[in-house]
Amino acid sequence: FRLSSLIGHISTCPSLIGQCCQRHPGSVDEFQEELVIRPLHSGDIYASFQFRTLWDTDFLQEGQKVSHYRLFPKSLGQVLSKFSVRELHISFTQGFWRTMQWGQPFIPSPPGAELWVWFHDTVSDVDGNWKELTNVLSGIFCASLNFIDLTNTVQPSASFKPLGLGNATDHRFLRYATLPREIVCTENLTPWKKLLPCGSKAGLAVLLKSEKLFHSSFHSQAVHIRPVCQDEQCTSKAWELRQTLNVVFDLYTAGQGKKEWSLFKMFSRTLTEACPLATSSKVYVDITDNPELFELSPATPLLSQAVVLGDRRTYSVYDLSRAETFGQLRSLNLLLRWKGDGEMLRPLLHAERYVAGFGLQTGEIHTVIYNNHPYRAFPVLLMDSVPWYLQLYIHTLTVTSKSRDNKPSYIHYQPAKDRHRPHLLEMLIQLPPHSMTEVTVQFERALLKWTEYTPDPNHGFYVGSSVVSALVPSMVAMNTNFTQDQPLFSSFVPVKEESSYFVRVYTEPLLVNLPTPDFSMPYNVICLTCTVVAVGYGSFYNLLTRTFQVDEPSLPLAKRLANLIRRIRGVPLLT
Amino acid sequence: MDYYNLLTTCAFIHLLVSIPYAYSNYVENKAGQFFSSGHTNNWAVLVCTSRFWFNYRHVANTLSVYRSVKRLGIPDSHIVLMLADDMACNYRNPKPATVFSHKNMELNVYGDDVEVDYRGYEVTVENFLRVLTGRLPPSTPRSKRLLSDDRSNILIYLTGHGGNGFLKFQDSEEISNMELADAFEQMWQKRRYNELLFIIDTCQGASMYERFYSPNLMALASSQVGEDSLSHQPDLAIGVHLMDKYTFYLLEFLEEVHPASQANMNDLFKVCPQSQCVSTPGHRTDLFQRNPGSVLITDFFGSVRKVEITKDTINLTSSLKPLIQRSGSGDMQIESLTYVDQLPVAEIIHQKPKQKDWHPPDGFILGLWTLILLVFFQTYGIKHLKHIF
Repeated sequence: FRLSSLIGHISTCPSLIGQCCQRHPGSVDEFQEELVIRPLHSGDIYASFQFRTLWDTDFLQEGQKVSHYRLFPKSLGQVLSKFSVRELHISFTQGFWRTMQWGQPFIPSPPGAELWVWFHDTVSDVDGNWKELTNVLSGIFCASLNFIDLTNTVQPSASFKPLGLGNATDHRFLRYATLPREIVCTENLTPWKKLLPCGSKAGLAVLLKSEKLFHSSFHSQAVHIRPVCQDEQCTSKAWELRQTLNVVFDLYTAGQGKKEWSLFKMFSRTLTEACPLATSSKVYVDITDNPELFELSPATPLLSQAVVLGDRRTYSVYDLSRAETFGQLRSLNLLLRWKGDGEMLRPLLHAERYVAGFGLQTGEIHTVIYNNHPYRAFPVLLMDSVPWYLQLYIHTLTVTSKSRDNKPSYIHYQPAKDRHRPHLLEMLIQLPPHSMTEVTVQFERALLKWTEYTPDPNHGFYVGSSVVSALVPSMVAMNTNFTQDQPLFSSFVPVKEESSYFVRVYTEPLLVNLPTPDFSMPYNVICLTCTVVAVGYGSFYNLLTRTFQVDEPSLPLAKRLANLIRRIRGVPLLT
Repeated sequence: MDYYNLLTTCAFIHLLVSIPYAYSNYVENKAGQFFSSGHTNNWAVLVCTSRFWFNYRHVANTLSVYRSVKRLGIPDSHIVLMLADDMACNYRNPKPATVFSHKNMELNVYGDDVEVDYRGYEVTVENFLRVLTGRLPPSTPRSKRLLSDDRSNILIYLTGHGGNGFLKFQDSEEISNMELADAFEQMWQKRRYNELLFIIDTCQGASMYERFYSPNLMALASSQVGEDSLSHQPDLAIGVHLMDKYTFYLLEFLEEVHPASQANMNDLFKVCPQSQCVSTPGHRTDLFQRNPGSVLITDFFGSVRKVEITKDTINLTSSLKPLIQRSGSGDMQIESLTYVDQLPVAEIIHQKPKQKDWHPPDGFILGLWTLILLVFFQTYGIKHLKHIF
């Protein structure tokens, strides 16, 4: 009896062993990291880090409270479950992305801080959740996100559709806000790095040194959380946390003019190992324009092709999980030496914005959108969020393309309410091929209450960037299949059809001067008035109301003693 | 003999018993020494109140104290750092992400691991007083709160531009010495500190601590009333003065201090005599109960944790609950989930306008209609009401 039960026990053991070898019990998350280096035609270099943690769990399932966090950071997990967040996108950017010189970024972001969140349908008070969420995030990222309140939050009606899974898109659960004045510095990078599973100790994150990253033309770090398909069949959801960092190093400030880049020159570090917790750790270098453009060393046999942003690009791949990538010195330092100049492909969609007019009373906002495609027209969705103190006159809104009126097929305008909400203008405009479309609207500047001015009002007030979202026709068929092996940079935006790709372009933020009062005026007026009253009226009043008495001069000591004796005697006193 | 043996054995047993007793006495004495200062945790509130690039030195002052305090053991979660302007990533900074304290860029006090809790426009008198007294809105995150208790030693460092009896915040408002003294009294009454060290580096700094009246406060200032605090050295590459004299010498003094050092407050009072500082630093200890000579620097600047050793065993809870497996296929949705269309043009064009929530008429409209109705009934009389009802 004992022997048979023992044999039975042994036979069940292999199956148990097999099960636990496949997956560590309790861990259903995986981490991938990737760095893409794209040399730009002006000699600058664009590096894009993406760190993705995929977690197979459901925060909002009834009765199951998540308490064991492994790779997914606990601070973000608690935020998601407490505020019933369906999708969260936050980005901090320093600098402006120059589309005409650098092409399209993998992940676009506007200057300053931008936060947009989709809440679940079960939330009853979206505004309350939004307010608390911004406060919690300001603590996590050391940023002044608590300045996001109802005066700069909008609810877009057609832009910013969810990037993750889902079917219902009721825009009542979407909130979007941007802080164009927000500064990005090491204090934002430090908590961002702490969210990574390996921190900044191993893997690609060792390259993230703040002294080099902020000495650049463009720096953007972002966190994107959304539900994605767990596998090819897409029957269940997994949570995806993407941390992205885009940086463009300038040839002259960091490169000293020599058209030669290496990892050490860019980041003052080289790579020594992959993150041990990562299932894949790769470096991609864009060599589509080679061999005319630059020379890459050390050479690698691995090549990969990917269709990204409507173009088929070829990449050299360095797989950090393999030991031979690091060579003899056990460190990987990529070297790119320029050989010639190349022709840059003009980006198909480009937008600019500026303020026209003079004086501190009125002005005009011009938004210019360029469609550089030679023969295809496509629609774009323009979203403008203007603070309440620039009072827009919507009856002066004009949209012209090729000097003819172009009526938008959809306009949504929500007027501002003083000190309560900003203006929101969304328009779906059809851009004719190879044209420039100009949107103009006049505004008047408001006079704020004196406590509403910032301590440095003469700097000006910022107006957030406009967002242009479009489905741009693609030259190459896009990949609509979702596979796990796709590199991260090509799988951020879901692709629904092969002939076009989704792109979002941000314009420049505006800096407008509002009429500023003289803050020293109350002090000056009080001083002057009080002086006039005291000197002029005061002396007059004294002359009228005071009674005057003759004052006896004080007597010397001998006479005072004599007076004392005289008083005792009862005899009249001396004077 | 037997009696003698009995005596020796008794003495021996007595000795055996008393040795561990003496040893535990010794341990208790040591433990008593550990807890003599009376505090169990350390907090620091470091504030820089000036804005604009030419006030670089105030940010450098605050960051150098931050650096020393972190080095001596206080963690970021116990430091509330308030910087009124950003110097490191300012566009005028020739070396971004750095703030230097010594000329020729010798020491970068900004470092690679800094967490600023209040920055930019958030550094206001109201926020500062709310942090001190703890009366913050409920949604304030933990990193922005001063969660001290009655056994906390707090270090408060202020720097900026000041005058006789006030400190200027961000060029637009001031905090007076009376407000500060009242805030400390509130903290005392709510038992938010055990002992408090207040350091201020501004012009006429001693005027700020004149009005304190709560117990267990020690204060240091960089200059007396009527004197100006001066800045130390300019750096020609950056173009501004890097530090103030008092904090520069304070930083040099603190660089010598390590977590086990026995330096006390009397050494701190001697920092920056008039020959170096040009102004006369002042201090105030009359409200402090202990003798300054017995107060260690690390009581305020460091975070020396007291460890209690125990020999009891603690049973950990049983192993993790088994992972709730994804329920069988009977429960799963059959249809696959899809991503949302990013720009559904047809859907957008035919979107129905959002039903606006109906609000009752606002005050002005209500008043206007009431006026119209009143005029109507006055002109035509009340008997015309029957035409309506």
